[in-house]
Formats: sequence, C-alpha cells, structure tokens
Amino acid sequence: MKIGVLALQGAVSEHVDMLTACGVTARPVKEQPDLTGLDGLVIPGGESTTMRKLLVREQLLSPIKTLVQQGFPIFGTCAGLVLLAQPESLDGLNGTVVRNGFGRQRESFETALTVKGWSKPYHGIFIRAPYLSEVKQPAEALVTLADGQIVAAQQKNVLVTSFHPELTSDPRFHQYFIDQMVAKRSDQVN
Amino acid sequence: MKETGTTTVKRGMAQMQRGGVIMDVANVEQAKIAENAGAVAVMALERVPSDIRAAGGVARMSDPAMIKAIMAAVTIPVMAKVRIGHIAEARILEAIGVDYIDESEVLTPADDNYHINKNDYKVPFVCGCRDLGEALRRIGEGASMMRTKGEPGTGNIIEAVRHMEKVNEQIGHVKVADPDQLMTISRDLKAPYELVKQVHDLGKLPVVNFAAGGVSTPADAALMMNLGADGIFVGSGIFKSENPAKFAKAIVTATAHPTDYALIAKVSEHLGKPMKGIDISTLTEDQKMADRGI
Repeated sequence: MKIGVLALQGAVSEHVDMLTACGVTARPVKEQPDLTGLDGLVIPGGESTTMRKLLVREQLLSPIKTLVQQGFPIFGTCAGLVLLAQPESLDGLNGTVVRNGFGRQRESFETALTVKGWSKPYHGIFIRAPYLSEVKQPAEALVTLADGQIVAAQQKNVLVTSFHPELTSDPRFHQYFIDQMVAKRSDQVN
Repeated sequence: MKETGTTTVKRGMAQMQRGGVIMDVANVEQAKIAENAGAVAVMALERVPSDIRAAGGVARMSDPAMIKAIMAAVTIPVMAKVRIGHIAEARILEAIGVDYIDESEVLTPADDNYHINKNDYKVPFVCGCRDLGEALRRIGEGASMMRTKGEPGTGNIIEAVRHMEKVNEQIGHVKVADPDQLMTISRDLKAPYELVKQVHDLGKLPVVNFAAGGVSTPADAALMMNLGADGIFVGSGIFKSENPAKFAKAIVTATAHPTDYALIAKVSEHLGKPMKGIDISTLTEDQKMADRGI
C-alpha cells in the first residue's frame, strides 16, 4: 500500500514517519506525476494560504480535486482540513471552516479529545488551528469540543482533523485512515 | 482542560513553517505582497537589516502600531524582533499577540550577559546560532526554533553557509559519538548535557533550523535548503530588489523545489538586480552582527 504526502510545505516528514510506523509506504508528492500509483493521500499541516498558492502554481489543485470527487481516500490535518473544506479549494467536505478559529499562536493548545466510537481519549494538539462551525450530510462530525466546534469529521473518502495527530506518538487516526478508508477502497477497486 | 504555551505547540508552530519562506516586511503593503507570493510568515520590522546597517545608531523593537497593522492585514503568522536580553520588549510583543518572537542580533543587544528565559513565555521564540553549542544554549533557554545567524543585511550568503555546515557537521559528530563521550562533548560545546544527549539520540536538533542572514536570490534559497535548512528567512533581499513581488514568488518556488534546477532557472529569469551586497571582509568587528549574543 502506497500513501502520498503532499510535500509543498509544512509538516511532511512527521506524516511520513507516522505512516511508515504504521507499515505502509509513504511517498512525498511535489508534482502531478507523483500522484500516479497511490492508494491514498495525506495533506499535512502548514500554512493553508501558502499551500493553496503552491497547489495552483504546480497545477495540482484540479487533479487532486478530481481524485476527491472520484472517491480517492484523503486525510487532511489542520491546513489540510482548511483546503478540503473550502469549496474554492478541494471541496471535499460539506462544512463551514473557520480559519485560525481559536485565535493566534498564543492561544494554541493541547487537550484530551473524545472521538466518536473510540473508547480511549485522543490527545489533540491544536496550532493556530481551524475548526468547522457546522457540517452537513453526508459529512459527519467525529470530534466536537464542549463549545460546539467540530474538530474532526469524515465525509465518505475524506477525513479531516483540526489538530495534529502527526505530532503525537498515537497512530490511531493514521491507522483508521489506512484500515477503514484506504484498504476498503483498494478492496473495492481491485 | 486546554493547556496553552506548551513546548509541543511552540515547537509545533515552527514545524508547520517547514519548507517555507519567512519574509521581512516594513509595512502593510509589503506584508500583502509577501502573503500573495506564498510566504509562510512575515517578520514585521521598521527597517530591514541593510537599512539598520546604513542608519547606524541603536536598533530597537518596532512600533507596536506598525506590528498590529500588519497583524490585521494578513492571515499568515506575524513575527517580530526584540533586542537580545530585553525581557520588557518581549513581554510587550507577547501582549500584542505576535505569533513568534525573534530574539535577534540584528537589533542592538540590550544585555551582553544573559539571553531571555524563553521558557517563561506563551509565545514561541526563534534565535540565531553559528554552531551547535550556541543552538543548544538557546534551546536550553527555551527557543522553539533556530536559524543560522549568517551576516544580516549583507546580501552575502557565505556566513549562513558556514553556520549551517558547522551545526550539521557537529550534529554528525555527536550522533556517532560513544555515549561515554557525551559529557566531554557537552563541556567542549558549552551546551547542556541533556540536549547533547537528545541530539545524540535523535541525530538532529529537537527543533527546526532555518537559514537566515544573507539569502538574496532564489539560488541562495535552494543552496541553503540543499545544505539541510528546514526553511528560509529573507530579510533585505526581497524589498531591496527591483521587482519585489516577482522576486518573492521566485524565492518561494526555489525553497519548495530546491533540487528542481530547471524550474529555479525559469523563475530566476529577468528578476532584475538583486541587492548590491557587502563583502564580509570589509566589515569591521563591531559591524558584525553574528558575533552578538553567543
């Protein structure tokens, strides 16, 4: 199984390390040809404004948007969530995104999260993080904070988190993406 | 319970900047040009290093009103500089809510004995270094990000190259050293033992390390990325060039694709004149910013 990590800017190596630890092959994606032969794609944390500009400049925005529409498994963290939820970017999740929703870097925080369907809490690391103020069908909230902000969600083949699983040593989100989304899709296709 | 200002969120913020370019900007208009070009952050300061050199006198923290105007104008993170050891300037920037503080040798040092205890702040700090000992002393004081010092405002890359190579060569040495040698290495580097041990175990610094101080062309940015920089600070280079918007965009592209030389060639075409630059050997000892706060 081969999973790409968009490598235009941001926390690329952290995702590569986490995917490798989960036993899959991780490959950096910098240009269009890098997308061929992949089973899934991760869009890492970074600066969403910068990443969007580079996606357009490298002519990667429409090919990835097409993949999203075709049901290709994609996992976006932080900036990845912003890009996947913006209709003008990758348009992969039916929801309203609030960028830098918790404030500036001074307000960045860590907290324990309750994930829908998981028995043990997950440690969330939020850095100038966005959140979703609402999600609509077919998108579903996976983690909602006490104040109502949605910080993890899934819409079929698209998984997003406001926080950074790649900065923890807990592989559950990556494992979920691999087992429940990438592996199942590969079974259907083959 | 939300916990703010932790080591993880402070260092993590710098991790999110990797592979990007942080640009010095002196006003709102320049900040917008930087953001449009794809900068991952801007450094708000009234005078870029080459102007500080030209003006002489004491260089201090910028006017809070100017910093706040830039924070309001762009959505990317905003950094600002304080004088080395100036805890009041640092608290003021923290109160304004800047995203990162640069305790910088570019400004005139306020304290020639002590740096700021950066562990005490909710806002993360970046500091300059010329070698591993300096990097680990700053990390020991709480720096969440490092950068080479280079020689700011000269448009000359040689010092940044020296500093990046020195740090990486010393990391290589610590990595392969026998654990029994680490205390002696710590003594020789004048660096905390625990951090030397961490570098030995990780094989790298525990924080990201950007290149700074003399980057003035897309090729300079690519050079520093190839030498192992995690990203690039560009000070005087962009807004001292003939076409800042084009120049800024070209440096962003070169930093994102540091080994795609055909692409770097393409974006380097017709950029106009870069800043003039200064030969380091013509600087007197007191003109060298890199020797401040070691």
